Amino acid sequence: MRSWFFTETAYPYLPDDSEFDSIRVKLPNQIYDPVKGADLYHRYIDEWCHADQIGLDIMVNEHHQTATCMDPAAPIMLGILARETKQARLLLLGNPIVNRRDPVRVAEEMAMVDNISRGRVEVGFVRGVPYEISAMNSQPVGMHERLWEAHDLILKAWTTHDGPFNWESEHFHYRQVNIWPRPYQLPHPPVWITALSPGSVARTAEKNYVAATFLTGFEKTREIFAAYRQRRAELEQPCNNDRLAYAALIYTGETDEEGYAGAQKLMWYITANKVPPHFINPPGYASVEANVQMMKNAKGPYMFGNFSLETMIEQGIVFAGSPDTVYKQIKHFYDQVGGFGHLLIMGQAGFLEHEDTIKGMDLFAKEVYPRLKELNISAEAEA
Amino acid sequence: MTDLKLHNGRVQVGKIELEVTQKGSGQPMLLLHGGGGPLPSSGIVDQLAEQFEVIAPTHPGFGNTPRPAHINSIDDLSYLYLDLLDQYDLKDVILVGFSIGGWTAVELAVKNSTRLARLMMVGAVGIKQGDRETRDFPDMFAMPSEELAKIAFHDPSKAQIDLTTLSDAELTAIARNRESLALYAWEPYLHNPKLLQRLHRIQVPTHVCCGASDGLVSPAYSQGYARLITCATFDTIAEAGHAPQLEQPQRFVDWVLAKLD
Repeated sequence: MRSWFFTETAYPYLPDDSEFDSIRVKLPNQIYDPVKGADLYHRYIDEWCHADQIGLDIMVNEHHQTATCMDPAAPIMLGILARETKQARLLLLGNPIVNRRDPVRVAEEMAMVDNISRGRVEVGFVRGVPYEISAMNSQPVGMHERLWEAHDLILKAWTTHDGPFNWESEHFHYRQVNIWPRPYQLPHPPVWITALSPGSVARTAEKNYVAATFLTGFEKTREIFAAYRQRRAELEQPCNNDRLAYAALIYTGETDEEGYAGAQKLMWYITANKVPPHFINPPGYASVEANVQMMKNAKGPYMFGNFSLETMIEQGIVFAGSPDTVYKQIKHFYDQVGGFGHLLIMGQAGFLEHEDTIKGMDLFAKEVYPRLKELNISAEAEA
Repeated sequence: MTDLKLHNGRVQVGKIELEVTQKGSGQPMLLLHGGGGPLPSSGIVDQLAEQFEVIAPTHPGFGNTPRPAHINSIDDLSYLYLDLLDQYDLKDVILVGFSIGGWTAVELAVKNSTRLARLMMVGAVGIKQGDRETRDFPDMFAMPSEELAKIAFHDPSKAQIDLTTLSDAELTAIARNRESLALYAWEPYLHNPKLLQRLHRIQVPTHVCCGASDGLVSPAYSQGYARLITCATFDTIAEAGHAPQLEQPQRFVDWVLAKLD
């Protein structure tokens, strides 16, 4: 199993949340202090570089108009890391290609960073969370189709090497697509796509891309992974564990208590996400059927409620404790969902300070990760 | 009464299966509904049907009607209704449009108004009047539903719907209306940048009205719209918001009849 260190690069120095109604889209940027922000950027980059030094791979992402993530341009961050790191694979999960109006530019950015890193880039494509719709003024109806059309164009741009091709489609118009540079990796960097429901992984499985799911816990993750495996089986194609990824909040301490304390700080990801319903559920983002259920239940997506750390651990959304405890939690999760090949570590959030972040990373890398690697080898030997 | 060859309330226009309510006889009156969804087949439809042949289609995607993938703009709707007028050889048509239905009516009229007798616009959107940093309409997709009710209604208590009393089919229609409105009107927001320069092509008598308390499409916007159309009249309907046909049905029908008198 590969493990990827991720921080969402939050700007946590906010007023009490009773003083604003949304941490996303509308929060005035006068709250952001550029001096503190610059320090945070350097700190977060240092943490990713540390991941590289201790044998973890690296994941970055982007969000817009939000204090939860200071990185609205992940390709820039990836470019910095391509130069600053030496070994780690560099995963951008992901490029919000449904909201990016120029997919050819995305193809260029990823190809360029792939070259600078000498072939260490892994490219995620995402639909983006619903709150991104307002920030990008993106048409929320028909996003699935737009994602795959942008994907098709990017893949063709990466793999066409004999001069310009033409692209005139429903959403994108180009007459001379001919990117320079081309990607370092052949035929192109590995592709990842996020999956939040079993219904959305079929096409990812058909392409044999990595499907990644975030904070979906035991039951839903099992369903999503099973849907991916089923589609591969229908196609009479193999499905290796390295096609499946799971992201959880993870903190490893010397003791269970220390691990829980660290994880409690990671819960900022969930507790700080104050967003009103109209940004959580823009029209067209969720299906008509899902909207009917929401009207009946008054419950929308991304609503975790006020879950305690204990509940989140029980649900497999948080892995935390001593190295032994964290290993056992991950092993149990792995067994329950039928195995997976990539663990995305949401290992820093909110007010988890630099020293504590590093300590959790080091303990994970030294005490947990070697056992996870064995786990995968034994799974492959059995297969 | 025109024989629309309705099957289960639907007609075939080209490749599109269009839901239509047809009532009454007399001069044809085409009613194009707004973003809230199809007009109730009772109420103003019944009243107007006492004097006119009312034809009230449902825009594809609204209610429980199908929407082919190639229909995704108000421009598409305007061609669909031009085809409808041609298909049944409707003449001297009174075209009435509410909100985005008003926008659709204007798009239709600038293309071809030869089958029209009158154009009537109710809280119609469709053109950009303000500068680039001034929204002509509040961003209805970026506000709580209670706030939207406040600006869209004169009496916001009339906007209250107890969702728990609705059937799955009714909830499905609400969800589809909301999605379809976004599809047709998300960007550019509730307007076509080209339409303003085409308004001179409207050569039929035109009547513009809006609710005096409309906070979504302001009376100033509607009045400005009327000034841009040759010889258009402008009126407000008292104690009504964005949907005077629902909030003040009698005053609305009186306005229609007075203009056509």
